[in-house]
Amino acid sequence: MSNFGYVAPTSVEETLAVLQRATDQGQRTQILAGGTDVIVQFRSFDNSHRLFVDIKSLKETNDVRIENEHIFIGAAIPSGVLNENAELKTLFPGLLEAADLIGSTQIQGRASIGGNLCNSSPAGDTIPALIVNAALCVIATNEGTRTVPTENFVTGVGRNCLAAHEFLLGFQIPRPSAGTGDAYLRFIPRTEMDIAVAGTAVSLTLNHDGICERARVSIGAVAPTPLLVSSAAEALVGTTADEDALQQAAQACSDAAQPITDKRGTVEYRRKVVGVLCRRAGAIAKDRALSNRNCE
Amino acid sequence: MAEAANFKAIGTRPIRPDGVEKVTGRANFGADLNLPDMLHGKVLRSPHAHARIKRIDLTKAQAMEGVYAAISSADFPQEVTLSLSKNILARDKALYHGHALAAVAARTPRIAEEALERIEVEYEVLPPVLILDDAMQEKSTLVSEDLRTNDDESSPPSNIAATQRFERGDVTQGFAEADVIVQEEFRVPSAHQGYIEPHACVATSNPGGRVTIWCTTQGPFEVRSATAGVLNKTVSDIKVIPSEIGGGFGGKTVVYLEPVAVRLSELTGKPVKMVMNREEVFRATGPASATLCKIKVGAKKDGRITAATAWLAYEAGAFPGSPVGPGCMSVFAPYDIDNFLVEGYDVLVNKPKVAAYRAPGAPQSMHAMECAIDELAQKLDMDPIDLRLKNAAKEGTVAPYGPKFPPIGLVECLEAAKRHPNYVNKPSEEVGRGVAVGFWFNIGMQSSAEVTIAEDGAVSIMEGSPDIGGSRASMCLMAAETLGVPYETINAHVGDTESTGFCNLTGGSRTTFATGLAVVKACEDVIAQCKARAAMTWELDVEQVAWRDGQAVPKPGVNIDVDPLSLADIAKTMSRTGGPLLGRASLNAQGAGACFSVNWTDVTIDRETGKVDVKAFTAIQDAGRAIHPSYVEGQMQGGAVQGLGWALNEEYIYDENGVVENASFLDYRVPVASDMPMIDCEIVEVPNPSHPYGVRGVGETPIVAPLAATSNAVRDLLGFRINDLPLSPPNVLAAIDEAD
Repeated sequence: MSNFGYVAPTSVEETLAVLQRATDQGQRTQILAGGTDVIVQFRSFDNSHRLFVDIKSLKETNDVRIENEHIFIGAAIPSGVLNENAELKTLFPGLLEAADLIGSTQIQGRASIGGNLCNSSPAGDTIPALIVNAALCVIATNEGTRTVPTENFVTGVGRNCLAAHEFLLGFQIPRPSAGTGDAYLRFIPRTEMDIAVAGTAVSLTLNHDGICERARVSIGAVAPTPLLVSSAAEALVGTTADEDALQQAAQACSDAAQPITDKRGTVEYRRKVVGVLCRRAGAIAKDRALSNRNCE
Repeated sequence: MAEAANFKAIGTRPIRPDGVEKVTGRANFGADLNLPDMLHGKVLRSPHAHARIKRIDLTKAQAMEGVYAAISSADFPQEVTLSLSKNILARDKALYHGHALAAVAARTPRIAEEALERIEVEYEVLPPVLILDDAMQEKSTLVSEDLRTNDDESSPPSNIAATQRFERGDVTQGFAEADVIVQEEFRVPSAHQGYIEPHACVATSNPGGRVTIWCTTQGPFEVRSATAGVLNKTVSDIKVIPSEIGGGFGGKTVVYLEPVAVRLSELTGKPVKMVMNREEVFRATGPASATLCKIKVGAKKDGRITAATAWLAYEAGAFPGSPVGPGCMSVFAPYDIDNFLVEGYDVLVNKPKVAAYRAPGAPQSMHAMECAIDELAQKLDMDPIDLRLKNAAKEGTVAPYGPKFPPIGLVECLEAAKRHPNYVNKPSEEVGRGVAVGFWFNIGMQSSAEVTIAEDGAVSIMEGSPDIGGSRASMCLMAAETLGVPYETINAHVGDTESTGFCNLTGGSRTTFATGLAVVKACEDVIAQCKARAAMTWELDVEQVAWRDGQAVPKPGVNIDVDPLSLADIAKTMSRTGGPLLGRASLNAQGAGACFSVNWTDVTIDRETGKVDVKAFTAIQDAGRAIHPSYVEGQMQGGAVQGLGWALNEEYIYDENGVVENASFLDYRVPVASDMPMIDCEIVEVPNPSHPYGVRGVGETPIVAPLAATSNAVRDLLGFRINDLPLSPPNVLAAIDEAD
């Protein structure tokens, strides 16, 4: 009485062919990487029949390529593996910390940032961190690959821009310029094993005078999708990211938030805390940016 | 009473007999049994918190391929009107969201689940009563239309199932004498026991009406009597075999699945297995009562309490029977107060029927009292421990609930706290500290034990108390001490309802005390038999033989030159000296001995997020005598963590329709290990004179004080009090913002 099919294609082409065939036949498909969301959802509430298409053994989804212009991170790499990569940790400490926040040590052996994004929860921890790093989602299609900025990937609670015959290969992230630092903080009532009540990622670039030349701020768990908050970034650019500027960015985050009251927090609480997290994450990003100024 | 220093086994920390099986995953828990040809049972639950059931149609479910039976309450003896029966399967009304309505047995769990979807139920949805304050209003919607307060037929129907009131002295006079008075109201939310193992059982029946149940339970004999009651059977029709148990904390003292599984087995002629999932556990079992407690305490300038009143309302859930009684009896238990008045209310609401949870009733009422005492200490500018010492109950104090205290350890715990380095070292500016006292009555009740000696002298204990907190190890240690043989030669077994004498449940912190007492007496029975056999061998009178260090020896002054006979020596020849050696004891233990504790919590608070972090926690508790100190500390630490969870984040979140929104461990937030500091423990030993080794129960007291200790620590740091629990980040931040 199995209620699902399972295939594990060995190439991108085969994967696309499987997806196309199933879609043409009107069969529901579900991409499986670590499965830490998908399998739990399938077992607990959404158990309608489907074909699981396992992409975690594809070469492309496990690739890490660190090049001069861009860094590519495969969608299916478990965050435990990502966090063993010292070079990535130096380049994107905030992103890797976000990946490291998800689940327990055991879960870390499976959970991937690609899966975190495709699950498209408002509270996905790595999504704001990907957004502030200007990550492009690299999507495999029958016509080759297409790219979508991460901030445009998630279209609603549990929904995204992937068509049924497409899948996420990985992320192409611009190499951070000298003087760049990123950080992600989330709030949970516990210390771990929880889901963000609010989260904020900040990436900023400081010049040699310590002036912020570029900033990106993104907030999570306070709207139907993670948001890129340009007003918060504008509050930082041209400043030294001092306390006043960070407070203004924090206020911009609180203003941009469109939270709901649910079992994890109230509107008022989330609105306030997302700003607090912006200030704190901004201070960490600034410290990292300052120490990265002489990298090149 | 032997001195601690003279013990050989008691007070040591050996590995538990059941340890290897458990850490290697071999031990069998409730859901681990599978029988040939077994069916799987599942329960249909109410989607409404309050609804009249107009019709249940099972025919489509029954017609499904792979379904062997589908039942509702109509398939149970209708003459049985116990609320237990109506909780197991609803009759005319569904009384809470998740209330069981029907059940099916099918070849696979999946078919059973699909069959549930084919059961048709017609409801008349009624407005639910969800809040204690509403439920107590005269014009409230009624959970049960025929319930009258205290069964008084002359009064109108009410949600107040019972009231109680007891008093001493003259509170008006007492408050008139007071220099300072504290008066506050406190709310504590429902909390679940949070045992890791969900409820599970397998039942079989034979055509002659005999039934066997394997289940995870704190009390196999109570499962037997409850199941017999619901099914209108005699207890001798039913055999209950307890599995290992993955936590209970009071929540596995009642039955939910067992009578249903039996009935399904009777109708199908096959074994039926039923296992709850976590969501069912949250929606339909436990929890502890949500409460509203109003406290007033007055004291003289020197700290002497002159009067106190308590008004305590406890949610019972859908059926009468909250622990408001013990809540009332415990609220002032730590103090010697001349004038007091306690009033209690047992109140029905459309929520699951509450179940016992570790010191049932005490954490809520004592949270209120211990917060009030802390306020008193603030007003009087007294050290909170000095204030408690000034009023502490001690041997000879007449407890507020009636009896005169025998030796108790409250003063000793308070004094130990005062000299403890964790208390002497005052916290820094950023850290708040709160103190509170905990208490639990403890119970004795009935236990049996048999001690069998193998032909090589190995000792086997058979008893009936499911081992939740390491009790097998404690039984072996007490037997080792009594018999004078090494711990390693002893094993302890938990029997079923037909292989061991009657034994009440593991609860009320009674096992090490009462079943331990039975084990000690059974060992003494063995010793008496060994002495008789040695006397026979040596041709002496039995009065001329003593038992020393595990050997029979002639008493001093008896003029005979023989080698001592060890237990193994006597066992080797037992076939020639009268047959197998078997010691027995059965008893109704008296004098359980109350257990007191003193706890303090050190916290920091993130004032921008409202998050309270517990930086340190110290627990001091009177164990009477710690048989296995590691397991006493385990109880203290486990209870502390449960109490801290209740103080900080645990609560049921209901929507306006009475649906629990956080029925999972993800959003019902028990603390994770990294949330907690090391819980520092100090065991105080004021021996209980009613036990040969001085044992007091230690399992329940530890959950009581952490609630108020944490509230008081937050009060210390913020400078104002948050009366209601939980002290969750949104609640704390809202209070901080309001104070600014």
